[in-house]
Amino acid sequence: MHLAYPAVLSALLFCTGLYGVLARRNAILVLMSVELMLNAVNLNLVAFDVWLSKTARDTLHSGQALTLFTIAIAAAEIGIGLAIVLAVYRNRGTSDIDRLRDTAEGHETDGPDSDAPAAEKAEATA
Amino acid sequence: MSLAAAAPHGFLSPNGVEIAFLLVGLVTFGAALVTVTTRQLVHAALWLVVTLGGLAVEYLLLTAEFIAWVQVLIYVGSVVVLLLFGLMLTRAPIGRSPDADSGNRWAALAVALAAAAALVWVVVDAFRTTWIDLHGPAAGSTEVTGASLFQNWVLPFEALSVLLLAALVGAIVLSRKAKAETTGTPTVPDARRGRAEKEGAR
Amino acid sequence: MTTTTLAVLVPLLPFLAAVAGLLLGRTAPGFVRPLAVLPTLTALVLAVLVAGRQGGGQAISAATELTPTGSIPIELSLYIDGFAALVAVLVGVVATCVQIYSTGYLRDDPRYPSYAALVSLFTSAMLLVVYSGDLIVLLVGWEVMGICSYFLVGHYWETPEARAASLKAFLVTKLGDVPFLIGLFALATDAGSFQITKVLGTVASGGLDHPTRIALLLLAGVAGKSAQFPLHTWLPDAMAGPTPVSALIHAATMVAAGVYFVARLLPVFEASAAAMVVLAVMAAVTMIGSGLCALAQDDIKRVLAYSTIGQLGYMTGALAVGDRGAAVFHLLSHGAFKALLFLAAGVIIHAAGTNSLAAMSRMSHLRDRVPDAYWTMSVALLALAAIPPFSGFFSKESVLGAAEHVATGHAERVPGSTGWIVLVAGLVTALLTAAYATRLWLLAFRGRGTEAPDHGRQPLSMTVVLWVLAVPSLAFGGLAYRTLPDWFGGRDLTPTLLTSVLGTGLALVGLLATYGAWQHTTALAARVPMGAVAAHPEGGAGLVEEEAIVGHEPAYGDVAYAADPADPGRLLLGPLYRHAAVGFHLDAVYSALFVRPVRAGASLVQFLDREVVDTYVRGAAALPRLLGAAVRRAQTGNVQTYVSALLAGTVVLAVAVLLVATGA
Repeated sequence: MHLAYPAVLSALLFCTGLYGVLARRNAILVLMSVELMLNAVNLNLVAFDVWLSKTARDTLHSGQALTLFTIAIAAAEIGIGLAIVLAVYRNRGTSDIDRLRDTAEGHETDGPDSDAPAAEKAEATA
Repeated sequence: MSLAAAAPHGFLSPNGVEIAFLLVGLVTFGAALVTVTTRQLVHAALWLVVTLGGLAVEYLLLTAEFIAWVQVLIYVGSVVVLLLFGLMLTRAPIGRSPDADSGNRWAALAVALAAAAALVWVVVDAFRTTWIDLHGPAAGSTEVTGASLFQNWVLPFEALSVLLLAALVGAIVLSRKAKAETTGTPTVPDARRGRAEKEGAR
Repeated sequence: MTTTTLAVLVPLLPFLAAVAGLLLGRTAPGFVRPLAVLPTLTALVLAVLVAGRQGGGQAISAATELTPTGSIPIELSLYIDGFAALVAVLVGVVATCVQIYSTGYLRDDPRYPSYAALVSLFTSAMLLVVYSGDLIVLLVGWEVMGICSYFLVGHYWETPEARAASLKAFLVTKLGDVPFLIGLFALATDAGSFQITKVLGTVASGGLDHPTRIALLLLAGVAGKSAQFPLHTWLPDAMAGPTPVSALIHAATMVAAGVYFVARLLPVFEASAAAMVVLAVMAAVTMIGSGLCALAQDDIKRVLAYSTIGQLGYMTGALAVGDRGAAVFHLLSHGAFKALLFLAAGVIIHAAGTNSLAAMSRMSHLRDRVPDAYWTMSVALLALAAIPPFSGFFSKESVLGAAEHVATGHAERVPGSTGWIVLVAGLVTALLTAAYATRLWLLAFRGRGTEAPDHGRQPLSMTVVLWVLAVPSLAFGGLAYRTLPDWFGGRDLTPTLLTSVLGTGLALVGLLATYGAWQHTTALAARVPMGAVAAHPEGGAGLVEEEAIVGHEPAYGDVAYAADPADPGRLLLGPLYRHAAVGFHLDAVYSALFVRPVRAGASLVQFLDREVVDTYVRGAAALPRLLGAAVRRAQTGNVQTYVSALLAGTVVLAVAVLLVATGA
């Protein structure tokens, strides 16, 4: 099989994920897009591993091993990432990324940082 | 788009595997596009299942069967489930939401298109004459993968288990800290999410 | 130990005491008093030993060069002749007395540790000036004295008078020190050395190129330090400091430094006849002017301050007629009796609760409250008025004798006109001195009216010192005038008949005239009640004095002056009285000549800085602020925007690298 097929597919999937990360408003959708990007890389890894194991007699299977690692790491990442998103949601009442602008210049502390939201935050991270 | 980019090289001598790969690839790419553009948030997660499943099929076509099943198990099985949980817990609207995309979308589109053009150009230019030999023994059977994993990659593998442990402990610490500070009892969905998170980490 | 080692230890011990006092003052308050008194006392003993070994013979000279410092070497050197040995003994005696007195006087003062350390440092600096054989090392001591004086005059810095006085003392002496420094450099350049011996050698061989210029430059510094006209105005104001400080600094040592310096380098001044005439005129104006001012002052310490200026005028007058022996003789005897006067005045202020003579003249029995101060002050005032056989008589007659010697044309190096100037001024001043000494004594001790308050006996440390100092005030002159010429290697100091009769006669005239005036005016005192005493008369002496100084202006309308019709000075001076009370308006002249132009210049500079320079600064800041405002808009807080920009940049860079790599 032509190596360009998986490589091009991987590139396109990566860019799709990239678009998603940059354009999506909901934080969970952004996480999905991150997953897409990771999978694009995985596809690349697998394709090149298959190619190298045949042509270069490479027996380490580093690509596939790395793919497995990536999958495991992606799983951990999605767990922690979701926890963070949920904490933010409990704290702020929204998971829209473009509303989380606390680092903006001239930002006033309109964020809920009185007692009730603190309790909310505690609940969120429970 | 994939077609247009691959056409000058791939279509000269297409065989069955290539055609299958191409078709599945089109489906996968299309599903990915829908995932990042749909206005229905839950649909996005479901289309993500299609994308990830399509990728598993691609792995199979590339004779990496163990990776394919792991993909199905972890991604389709747990990650997407976790994401759906996340959507529900954040009370994502069911149905079309008019503001699923942020105001940044045109900049995002430009960046993504530029990146795609650059990558496709480079990849096609680099691997124009490279072929994968899919005959012979499978490159990614469970036996082969297992052998390489536990012969050559034992140390990173163990290190990875430490990472997963760290993620697990992180989840627990988050929950404990919340319990110490919280005034009310944790809600049932929270507890469920904690369990699911641990599963996902595993 | 060799004499040189002893001599080095003399200034070193008080210096170490000052350092230790400053370091330990807070942590170990128990050590402060021994640290203040003992090193000074040891330095006195060593100075006596050095004087005994030197004995007026060959000058002891030792020098060591620490490091090469350019074209003209600066050396740590000692040069001890008879003058240095005796002046060091005087400094030691007065400093020891003052330190002992201060333990009682500032008993309850919270800032006593730093005060004692500064007095020690001051003593050390004065001894350094006295012993130094190198002009730059001498200058170091000279300037250290200046800064110590600033701190000590400002000891009661809570009061605006003390703050203003310390600043004034510092600025006025510095005004003289700048030409002094230039003069030193000019002198060293002409002589090729900072060593006093080499400078004097150059002068003797006629190697000085610009004697008049150098002498006049040096005279400016001397006038500042020794409070000579026209730079004397700081000294009366410096009375805002504690009394022991006035005694040490403004009577016996610091102001003597200028006279001592001229005495050391007298050949340099003698090389220029013009400088000698200037010196004589300066001395004459200082003497007469200060005598008139002293007659009109109401603050007892200001009277003494003006008398100090007058006596210093005698010393510079003696120098102007080229007799340094007479000058240093008067310096020694004056140091003793003026220190006594100030210390006794401190006791009186404490007992009376006021520093105002007008108030004291309305108190009876003040002399019974402070018998020690009464008797010793009487001795010192007689010495001041130069009544034989007190020591002031002999030293003053030696000055007048030297002047007469020159006036009658017996000196070849000094013009006769200077002799006449000094002689006439000295005789007039003898009259004035006796007058204000009598006025002070009568007003302070012969008051009539309410009885003076009784606060019990004064501390022993304060009264004993008075008697110790009364001995030289009484007897030093009579005992020393025969032996001193051996030490000084100069003219005979025995009083001549003519000047003795003239001087004493004039002094008696002044005394009787004042007494008569007082008899005439004292009846008025009962009719005009005046007087304000300190709010806490039973407090420590330092506290009483501080309150007295602060209270004088609200009570009488001026720091120096009280509109008292019972003042005999008013009758004696007539229309001059008002002007004399304010120092003949010299402060107002300085204010118009220097202070106001400087203030105007300062406001001009302030205007230039605020309005002109700052405009450029603000202009320079405007562009960055504009850019900053633009960049600030980019900080939207939206992470997606940031990442978009980041990735766009990445893509651009990657493409650029690819294009370069493929050679496109």
